[in-house]
Amino acid sequence: MTAAGRSRRALLVVSVVLLVSLIAGLAAGAAVISPRAIALALLDRLPLVSLHSGLQPNEEGIVFQLRVPRVLLAAVVGGLLALAGAGYQGVFRNPLADPYLLGAAAGAGLTVTLVVVFLGGDAGVAAVPVAAFAGAVGGVVLAYALGHTAGRGGGTATLVLAGVAVTSFLTAIQTFVQQLKVDELQRIYSWILGDVGGGWEQLRMIAPYAVVSTVVVLLHGRLLDVLSVGDEEAVSLGLHATRVRFTVLLAASLATASAVAVSGLIAFVGIVVPHVVRRLAGWSYRVVLPLSFLGGAAFLVLADTIARTVLAPAELPIGVVTAFVGAPFFVAVLRMTRRVET
Amino acid sequence: MSGDAAGPGVPAVEARGLGVTLGGRPVLADVTLSAAPGEWLAVIGPNGAGKSTLLRAVAGLVARQGEVLVNGAAVDGLRPRRRARLVAYAPQSPALPPDMTVYDYASLGRTPYISYLGSESARDREVTRSVLERLDLDDFATRPLGHLSGGERQRVVLARALVQQAPVLLLDEPTTALDLGHQQQVLELVDRLRLADRLTVVTTLHDLSLAGQYADSLVLLAAGRAVAAGPPGRVLAEPLLTEHFGARVRVEPGADGRPLVHLVRPPLPAPISAGDER
Repeated sequence: MTAAGRSRRALLVVSVVLLVSLIAGLAAGAAVISPRAIALALLDRLPLVSLHSGLQPNEEGIVFQLRVPRVLLAAVVGGLLALAGAGYQGVFRNPLADPYLLGAAAGAGLTVTLVVVFLGGDAGVAAVPVAAFAGAVGGVVLAYALGHTAGRGGGTATLVLAGVAVTSFLTAIQTFVQQLKVDELQRIYSWILGDVGGGWEQLRMIAPYAVVSTVVVLLHGRLLDVLSVGDEEAVSLGLHATRVRFTVLLAASLATASAVAVSGLIAFVGIVVPHVVRRLAGWSYRVVLPLSFLGGAAFLVLADTIARTVLAPAELPIGVVTAFVGAPFFVAVLRMTRRVET
Repeated sequence: MSGDAAGPGVPAVEARGLGVTLGGRPVLADVTLSAAPGEWLAVIGPNGAGKSTLLRAVAGLVARQGEVLVNGAAVDGLRPRRRARLVAYAPQSPALPPDMTVYDYASLGRTPYISYLGSESARDREVTRSVLERLDLDDFATRPLGHLSGGERQRVVLARALVQQAPVLLLDEPTTALDLGHQQQVLELVDRLRLADRLTVVTTLHDLSLAGQYADSLVLLAAGRAVAAGPPGRVLAEPLLTEHFGARVRVEPGADGRPLVHLVRPPLPAPISAGDER
């Protein structure tokens, strides 16, 4: 199959999975609503389309006021995390790079906690995205610097080990801050384990950051492909390798920060999704980046659907679901990259 | 010599007073080299003499002192994309992502012709295709780099450099890790392309006989300095090689008059006989 044919097939597969997971996410929950009726009701909302969905008014309320914003937020967060993961993987030429494992998510988590705890109120809420961004960049830079000094050319695992160390350290500080303010504990705790229940308000808060970071990362697909042959050769081809890596690093960190600011720490989306996409669509970042966004959206909507149905009426933190799927997957990817390296 | 942009007598590539310091240690000092349009210049020297660094300095990949001129014009002021249209560089062990296809890899050579956020034009694809065809790689176009043999990989790297359409080609040890037959094939190919396109080729070569066979002129580097330069017959001289390589060699003219360098085994030490006293 040609590369273009392969990408088209992959796009089709990912789009279908996304569509199915969106409808499943809207249908599942405490009140089970017919997926068909939801599909009709959604089509009915399109301009120039008029359909009778058969939804009761209270069901309409559940779908459009509760579930649509929740599913959308999950989709956006999942898309951002997977896109950030793919972007970091290109920047570091490391298939194990992930917003969570790199320390970006933990950095954002710490700064957001600091802002929530010490600023509080409206000022705190307004500062959340900026704080998250600063924290995400700080986390990655710390992990990268640590990995760089710890082992020059130490392979893909060194960066991840450094990231894990940074993540643990920053999370420890975060826990310390929480314990200082035990009264805030419940609020922060539920946020840290991942939560996409925030709705329209949170979507609006991160929209500008999400759009900018997504667009910037997507525009750099071809340049990340050039970088994949190494900085020196990229420079000999006339590319500002450092500028490209820096730009994508910032944009991926902004994407991570936007996701973390509304959903807390959700691990493994950034590894699992780009990896599956590569298996489907090949190596080129021009295809991997956009498909990772769509695939990440599907993955997190499904994870959220499982999280709120499997123990219903209780809700499982979404990070538990992604870790449950992602951790074994991570081991598989690690084994595969080790085999390639040796 | 005719048909060159800068007129007759102007070298295609010239370096003056190149100096490179890596980690506080001077690796190159005051190296000068020059290659006429269509000429093959080989950089030789013992391990650690700075051959690869010299190539990377000419390519603008390491911070350096001194000046590099292409067709008589300094490259330092040029934008990176402009410079990449003049000088193509292939490292000794290029990173070849195993899943990338031959076509996609070769097409990276079009990078200097594509704007920052742009994408390939029909012309870019056309150039890539024709180079692959020329190097008998068209059947390999969709094959992943991880599935190639050493000789095929070297041809693919060469293809990427040619797709760049630069008049000056810098090749760092193009025959590394190839067996005799493939070494010859790659060097013959480089030579054919050089003659057909009037490319100026600068290579590092650790095999002195190969350097003597293919290059029009040689630069001998030792401890970061150019200690000899000129036609193979002059640079491949026994006293020079003995001094700078610490090797016992014999240099003989080959059938075409170009020098062949042979290693000569030092006389054996006196055999240790069983009756020696302990």
